[in-house]
Amino acid sequence: MTETIEKAGGDRNRVGLTRADYDGGKTTLCPGCGHNAITAAIIQAAYESSLEPQQVAKLSGIGCSSKTPAYFLGRSHGFNAVHGRMPSIATGVHAANHNLLLIGVSGDGDTASIGLGQFCHLIRRNVPVVYIIENNGVYGLTKGQFSATADVGSTQKTGAVNKLLPIDCCEIAIQLGCGFVARSFSGDQKQLRPLLKAAFSHRGTAVIDVISPCVTFADHEGSTKSYAFVKEHDAPLHSIDFVPYFEDMHVDYEPGMTYDVTMPDGSHLVLKKLEADYDPTDAEMALHRLAEAAREQRLLTGLLHVNPEPRGFDVDQKLVDEPLAALPLDRVRPPRVVLEQIVDQYRQGKVAAAAGGG
Amino acid sequence: MKPALNDFSIHVATVNGSGSQTANTVLMRAIFQMGIPVSGKNLFPSNIAGLPTWFTIRASKDGYVARRRGNEILVVMNPETATEDVAAMGPGSVIVLNEQITVPEVPADRFVYRVPMKQITDAVTTDVKLRKLVINMVYVGVLAELLGIEAVEIQRALEAQLGRKPKALGLNQQALEAGAKWARENIEKKDPYRLERMDANTGKILIDGNAAGALGAMFGGVTVVTWYPITPSSSLVESLIGFLDRFRRSPEGAATYSVVQAEDEIAAIGMVLGAGWAGARAMTSTSGPGISLMAEFTGYGYYAEIPAVIWDIQRVGPSTGLPTRTMQGDLQFVSQLSHGDTRHPILIPSSVEDCFEFGWRAFDLADRLQTPVFVLSDLDLGMNNWMSEPFLYPDEAWDRGKVLGDDELAQITKFERYRDLEGDGIPYRTVPGGHRDLKGAYFTRGSGHDEAARYTEDAATYARNMDRLNRKYETARDLVPAPVVTEHPNAQVGVLAFGSSHWAVVEARDQLAKTGLPTGYLLLKALPFTSEVARFLNKYKRIYVVEQNRDGQVAQMLRAEFPAEAMKIRLVLHYDGLPIDAQSVTEGVRRQEGVREAVAEVTR
Repeated sequence: MTETIEKAGGDRNRVGLTRADYDGGKTTLCPGCGHNAITAAIIQAAYESSLEPQQVAKLSGIGCSSKTPAYFLGRSHGFNAVHGRMPSIATGVHAANHNLLLIGVSGDGDTASIGLGQFCHLIRRNVPVVYIIENNGVYGLTKGQFSATADVGSTQKTGAVNKLLPIDCCEIAIQLGCGFVARSFSGDQKQLRPLLKAAFSHRGTAVIDVISPCVTFADHEGSTKSYAFVKEHDAPLHSIDFVPYFEDMHVDYEPGMTYDVTMPDGSHLVLKKLEADYDPTDAEMALHRLAEAAREQRLLTGLLHVNPEPRGFDVDQKLVDEPLAALPLDRVRPPRVVLEQIVDQYRQGKVAAAAGGG
Repeated sequence: MKPALNDFSIHVATVNGSGSQTANTVLMRAIFQMGIPVSGKNLFPSNIAGLPTWFTIRASKDGYVARRRGNEILVVMNPETATEDVAAMGPGSVIVLNEQITVPEVPADRFVYRVPMKQITDAVTTDVKLRKLVINMVYVGVLAELLGIEAVEIQRALEAQLGRKPKALGLNQQALEAGAKWARENIEKKDPYRLERMDANTGKILIDGNAAGALGAMFGGVTVVTWYPITPSSSLVESLIGFLDRFRRSPEGAATYSVVQAEDEIAAIGMVLGAGWAGARAMTSTSGPGISLMAEFTGYGYYAEIPAVIWDIQRVGPSTGLPTRTMQGDLQFVSQLSHGDTRHPILIPSSVEDCFEFGWRAFDLADRLQTPVFVLSDLDLGMNNWMSEPFLYPDEAWDRGKVLGDDELAQITKFERYRDLEGDGIPYRTVPGGHRDLKGAYFTRGSGHDEAARYTEDAATYARNMDRLNRKYETARDLVPAPVVTEHPNAQVGVLAFGSSHWAVVEARDQLAKTGLPTGYLLLKALPFTSEVARFLNKYKRIYVVEQNRDGQVAQMLRAEFPAEAMKIRLVLHYDGLPIDAQSVTEGVRRQEGVREAVAEVTR
């Protein structure tokens, strides 16, 4: 289906842009870094989804992964924040302008260690952000220390063995009620792209944890996040097709063998089952299968959990339709008479006393 | 005995959580409504219920509203502190004692009125829970009768407080009247203290600084508010939530604002920066511990040049310190908050009018300067009620600063986010979603960047950018509120103060002038220092800098910035957690001026 768009529009998509229009600056990451493949997937997915660069904001924290927003969608605004705090930036940006599509890129250190609190609270508020974790189990920029997602028994290049239990960001996200939780592999573009496109259509926090091998510090024998290890242990739940809202569903899927998720904008995510009986709308099942897979050293990938219509943050806030940032003065400064009215209440003492002890 | 009219302090010692706040508010408002200048200081513990708390009401015919060291009238409602409370009272003072509370024998030159509060309350209601609450209104009734507070004003104040709760209103009225009746029938007044109607408060309001700041923010067009609860700042945001809910919704009820209670202060400032970056007027409010957490992001905001407004309602530190006591302890820390070379504009309100005005003006400044702007209030100003003239509606349209939209972008071939085109250090910015023109986008980062916002580690580019940021800080000198300078023709010495110290200084200057030591005065309203500060320092032989901290933080900044005047600068410091009083200022100046005789007890 993705091919049809490209053919139908020549090299221009629905908003008249070419794939190159979604490029960013040149990567400065190591050659072969998994992150570069994710960057390519984001560019392709954005192009195929006909995202308007003007309506996208790219956000990140600190780390190798967090550098990557400079390498895609160069015509969109970007915000490379401080370590582990991208979720709060995202929350503020969304509050200011809920029409923007937010693409957040983080890493395992940025999310699972220093940023774990903000990650959890972002999900708890269900702020609409496509939250991509580029997960390699190590701190690259500081030269190869374990991160909190490193598996027990995984080794550093120096031979040091990780003894601590890993934090599984997907499990946490599911537990916190996240309505879109996926895991993928930077080497699997066919899976990653439709997941990204579906995430663009989601109306709440969408977490995609992408195992992304670090070629410099974690691609050796003994690392559980090396290309070889991930390829060997990858256990896709399903193969995935994404049918955007502007495309007809013209492929017949074999009943019972597919799972069709309708996204809020009318797009469809069609999951062709590989793993028997996996129901991605069942959060408990997802948690159970994740735990089981971890025991068996299988890396479950695909759409782990989906709930396409959770209550979004802006709905909770009952915001006006326009972006708050765009409201003119007369919408945000009450008239003089209101001040006079309030002042009069203070003159009369018809207000609650100042808070405090007593 | 000489009658003492409209010039004394009433000190009520109770237990927090006992409902005394309504009683004390009624008392204070009734005096206010009698046209007598009044101030109230709530001294409360870091506790929800059960610990000692004191409320002091000062009536001052001369209009002084600072805390005083001594009190003339004490109401004893807390057995735990009764002995100390009574012992602190001087000769000629009045002690209204709940009869149930035993205290050591009081010297005969104090006027002690023992009031059977329990019996009076018991007659009002049989409900044990309610008795505990309305007993406070009994002392209000007793004081009203004793001091001559007009019944009609007490009634009005009570109705304003409880008008929406008819049952509570009725019961409190009964308690009030029962107290007054008992006093009428049983107290033979021998003390000289009386209140009598004046006409000093026409048109004025009573409001706390936090509510005033919140109002200012609303009229400043705030759209995104984030916060993490912390005393003494919480009431600012809670007031703001109340105002926004009432006055900032569309007819359909949709909000033109977003309030987010964050998971911590790091997230709170992060959300503000995200919102400010995306074009909102965003603010947060906190106190010292929260400021500490905001350090990293504040440096980011400075370096990436993002508008933000951060209120700091200062409390005693370091660490948890005395969380419910007041201090001016964060000026130095905030002025350079974060690592590296950072400098931030700070607005320092000294009155509730300032809180209101800076509440909206801070947004204009932040938008104009594209940088975090701090407003440093304190617990005394923020959480106590102050008299004020009615607030003035902002008389100018807002200033959103140098923001480019499609119209402007269409006229240029290249947009460079950090290029200083006008020499004021302030570049032009765009906001995501604020333009269709694709050349308006840029990448914001806390790492080194050039004029076009591109990543660079180039040495010269880094230094050039830092110099530009400094130029911007220089520009801020002309934009921040100027100090208020009061000259005195015969003065050799100047007093420089800021924030809530102002009210003690006003009174102290009168005391000093009366004893032959006239002073000039500069009330500082902001950092960076403006040209008026240099002129003031230059003009006087000695400058007394009054601060509510141990180390003289602003004095240190003055000495650093004006080394030629450094030797003139002397310190008058107050840092025990209580609001500063005039006597401390007067004594501090006189001692250093070599005046040997003890300062006369500051009475009438």
